[in-house]
Amino acid sequence: MLTVSPSPHYQTDTNTRKLMCNVLIALIPAFVFSIVVFGVSALISTLTAVISCVFFEFAISKWLFKDEEYSVKDCSAIITGVLLSFNLPNTLPLWMVVIGSLVAIGIAKMSFGGLGCNIFNPALVGRVFLLVSFPADMTTWSKVQDYGTIDGTTGATPLGLIKESIMSGKTLSQIDLPSMQDMFLGNIGGSFGEISVIALVIGGIYLLCTRTITWHIPVSVLGSMFILSGIMFVVNPELNANPLIHICSGGAMLGAIFMATDYSTSPMTSLGKIIFGIGIGVITIIIRKFGAYPEGMSFAILIMNAIVPLINKIKPHRYGAKK
Amino acid sequence: MTQILVPQNIINMADIKNLTRGIIKENPIFVLLLGMCPTLGVTTSGTNGLGMGLATMFVLVLSNCFISVLKNVIPDKVRIPAFIVIIASFVTIVQLLMEAYVPFLYEQLGLYIPLIVVNCIILGRAEAFASKNGLVDSLFDGIGMGLGFTLALTLLGLVRELLGAGTVFGFNLFSIIGVQEPKMMLVFILPPGAFLVLAYLIAIIRKQ
Repeated sequence: MLTVSPSPHYQTDTNTRKLMCNVLIALIPAFVFSIVVFGVSALISTLTAVISCVFFEFAISKWLFKDEEYSVKDCSAIITGVLLSFNLPNTLPLWMVVIGSLVAIGIAKMSFGGLGCNIFNPALVGRVFLLVSFPADMTTWSKVQDYGTIDGTTGATPLGLIKESIMSGKTLSQIDLPSMQDMFLGNIGGSFGEISVIALVIGGIYLLCTRTITWHIPVSVLGSMFILSGIMFVVNPELNANPLIHICSGGAMLGAIFMATDYSTSPMTSLGKIIFGIGIGVITIIIRKFGAYPEGMSFAILIMNAIVPLINKIKPHRYGAKK
Repeated sequence: MTQILVPQNIINMADIKNLTRGIIKENPIFVLLLGMCPTLGVTTSGTNGLGMGLATMFVLVLSNCFISVLKNVIPDKVRIPAFIVIIASFVTIVQLLMEAYVPFLYEQLGLYIPLIVVNCIILGRAEAFASKNGLVDSLFDGIGMGLGFTLALTLLGLVRELLGAGTVFGFNLFSIIGVQEPKMMLVFILPPGAFLVLAYLIAIIRKQ
């Protein structure tokens, strides 16, 4: 009892595996929703991504790293696979999903040394790689009209519609945007996991309740997006979309709740997390408004990931130290 | 008889060492990491990489020879401008020759041909080797370094071309199995692909 060990003194039974399982549980609502909307193709695509991610991680750690303790066991590769698949359109061929998984695990994660050493979010690197490599396939969305059925037509996402109409000189009142209710429930075109705001928010609340993530990043991302797009909307409502459309469309929710909060690629301190989140929100809106791509969430998160080591230089005030 | 042959052998061995050093052990791209601008900029295809490598090799060999001959004439304080003038003269020759005889390559490489003047390898070899060694050594060093550079650029260009467009030196590999326009990973033709392929080639070549 008299032995005094160095810190940390406070210990819990939390480990990487448990945290990752929490994230997986939080992804279930969005996953179920994507199966309901897109049918079997969502299941097949997600399974392909998960299996190939796990396989590549296992293969690299076994034959390249010659690692005895396989890092596959911590479940992080499963999350990478699920998140990657959530970011892909349902018309994407499966071999492209496998390439995306290889890039996510091989280039973005294992090249840097595995979980905890990666600078960039693996799933997003996989997605951006596919987006730059196969631009046509990555932006062909199948239109969802009724739950449970898939029709053959392809339709644009709300953000794609906005970008296209602004580019062709129309104003927003001239185009037919989906209603707020449809966008909130997920009755719109888009990637597997990103369409339903409500399913993602349920997952986010679960993560907050289990204290897997803190509120700082999601709130600051969505808050800064809302404020910046709100200012633009007030200045000119004909050319700038409603701030609610901005935070309910594209990858905003998925990115803010599941992507930006990735442990190894986000800052450690609360202040750092808020700066990180605001950066993501501002860059996203700037790309949506001025960029060539209709959606900028993934680019914004990757750009801010690169700045995380700098943000981590902001250290909390040491208790008792003089200012 | 043997007394005459032995020193000759030693000189030959040193020459061969000067020649082979640049190809693998001190490869300008993979080991010295010099001349990254043309390496990343022009290697969108194997042909471009080979053309750029040969053009640089031509300038490197000739500038190495000239600088090693003129090293005692050039005052130490103005040696860099003097080197640049010599290099720039050869680059102009290469540029005009390429414009006349390989116009398609000249158009492809564009601005990168005049930029050979400021290529780190050429100035680096001039400063580190040619200005301290004799004509024969500098000649072999230039050829070796030039070959290493050409080899690296061609390899980089081939990998990027194969992954990004499915072709090898312009020949569509996928036409063998009847696919005329294969869907390849466009990103390898774009700048990020250059960094990725270069990084993995360095990792593979320097693997212990």
